[in-house]
Amino acid sequence: MNITVCLKQVPGTTQVKIDPQTNTLIRQGIKNIVNPLDTYALEEGIRLKERYGGQVTAISMGPPQAEEMLREAISIGADQAVLLCDSAFASADTLATAYTLAQAIKKLKDFDLVICGRQTLDGDTGQVGPELAEMLGLPFVAYVSQIEEIKDGLMRVQRLVEDGHEVIETTLPAVITVVKEINVPRLPSLRGLARARSAQIPAWTAQDLGVDPNMVGRAGSATWVVKIFFPQRVRRAEILPGSAEAQVDSLISKLKEGRLI
Amino acid sequence: MGIRVDFEKCTGCGNCVPVCPFGLIEITDDKARIKEGCTFCGACRDACTFQAIIIEAAPEVVPVDDTNRGVWVFAEQRDGQFKGVAYELLAKGRELADTLKTELSAVCFGHGLKEIEKLMAQGADRVYVIDDPSLAQHQEDFYTQELARLIQEHQPEIVLAGATALGRAFIPRVAAILKTGLTADCTGLDIDTEKRLLLQTRPTFGGNIMATIVCQYRRPQMATVRPRVFKRNAPDNSHKGQIIKVDFKKEAVTAKTRLLKFVEDLSERVKIEDADVIVAGGRGLGKPENFALVEELAKVLGAAVGSSRPPVDEGWIPYSHQVGQTGKTVCPKLYIACGISGAVQHLAGMQTSDCIVAINNDPTAPIFEVATYGIIGDLFKVVPMLIEKLKGT
Repeated sequence: MNITVCLKQVPGTTQVKIDPQTNTLIRQGIKNIVNPLDTYALEEGIRLKERYGGQVTAISMGPPQAEEMLREAISIGADQAVLLCDSAFASADTLATAYTLAQAIKKLKDFDLVICGRQTLDGDTGQVGPELAEMLGLPFVAYVSQIEEIKDGLMRVQRLVEDGHEVIETTLPAVITVVKEINVPRLPSLRGLARARSAQIPAWTAQDLGVDPNMVGRAGSATWVVKIFFPQRVRRAEILPGSAEAQVDSLISKLKEGRLI
Repeated sequence: MGIRVDFEKCTGCGNCVPVCPFGLIEITDDKARIKEGCTFCGACRDACTFQAIIIEAAPEVVPVDDTNRGVWVFAEQRDGQFKGVAYELLAKGRELADTLKTELSAVCFGHGLKEIEKLMAQGADRVYVIDDPSLAQHQEDFYTQELARLIQEHQPEIVLAGATALGRAFIPRVAAILKTGLTADCTGLDIDTEKRLLLQTRPTFGGNIMATIVCQYRRPQMATVRPRVFKRNAPDNSHKGQIIKVDFKKEAVTAKTRLLKFVEDLSERVKIEDADVIVAGGRGLGKPENFALVEELAKVLGAAVGSSRPPVDEGWIPYSHQVGQTGKTVCPKLYIACGISGAVQHLAGMQTSDCIVAINNDPTAPIFEVATYGIIGDLFKVVPMLIEKLKGT
């Protein structure tokens, strides 16, 4: 059972502050971290390896500093890691990202399962997993909350949907995305940390992957951001004045007036 | 696409530095240097007095096929009943189609579909229907292949779908087959009439900034929208359309996944998305025990309990209570936000509520920008008093 886990390095916060003077994001003090949902993907990969044997490969597309995150993945239990790193990959949308990952995973050849986190903290699209599956020509299951059994080239999983869960059987190899209900990620072990320090993490470029530069990065993206703006800051609320008691009284009478309570 | 600084023109004045939303510009040796990660938003170019910043458009990789016409909405159903998001998308789709002077079509897959007239009363000029026993349950492999095939045959310029569990799982696969762009969880959709382009706006970067995204050179332009982001129109039964029955090409698809069973989650009996009143708590509650305050107020009001993202991330309350871009989108009659500052990602999930009450001690909190009534004060004083007075009435 060889497993490939896709990881992304993201800014470690959702509480981005905006400098009111310059209207720009305050980046100071924000550390890059592994996308939280991807840690569940990695953990599940390691658990499957422990259950069924095989190897876990961590893969990421990103700038050179993402290597540090892959080293962390090795310290947690991945057997090897590959970084896809080339300025040609920069500013990719989900389509170009999925294409680049698909080419790299094809190059890795021997795998039975690809696991991704449900979505990233920064982009929040959840699109790379399903797009990747289609580009690899593999079956896909989203929101996996439990892997029940793997037997005879078939995998049975539970996946969360709006009002409950479904039990789905898929052929292998396959691509899945996982939710955080699936497991509790472990911390690095001392042995893992030692292994991570000495691990060789190859960085593959567009040339190594043999991809057409027009299919990756900005050039290969179908969608472009044309405008970025901060939501308008206009206070619309009627602020209720007075002491806490006066505020509460006036709120209750307003809600009653509007037949809301 | 690339960005460069013309060093002949650049004076190192630094005007461009503060306008970059990502803080990627530095002045070194009296010249502006742009670091990696640029999204080509153009803010620095516009701020430069010397026209020293140049953004070069990418070569047209795929020549745009400008003959695509029509707006499509994927109408999701379960057990023969269309989901509300289908009607909401038809309302928005109608608007877009009218601006583009083109037709609006709905596409639906299932078995024993009886409510197709409703799609026309909500604005569809055509409804493409594949009705087959093997489509009675959500079968994503079939859905993917058949939607991609219909789009290839009829070539619409825009395809919209609900960002539901189903839509988020199979629509990206359709986009990958068609090698076109897909924008997730849009909160605004407009048309650039000059370029005949769909302007897709969504919160990004953890929901603190908004991005407008286009898919300029590929077709169709695809977008998903979460339920209850757009309002549906009142049905117009005089609006007539055409039903086009399409045969299911089952033999052309090999399903590699199989749905064995569906288990309903009974612990989520009170669904926040259906509630008339929601009381929600945020980071301002400080610690998990304080959520009891929110729960008590909810109990007094017969309301459902909601949460912003931080309490869920901290494990104070299960994910099923999360309201926002990455949780549920709600539209109750009354939404009471306690200790929620109002990150865009949260606002995206509740700002269409009829009446919003915000209780927060920070007068600059963005929640007051969408609230109807605001109480600036200590929630640990205000909420218990509110509970007491409501109990008394």
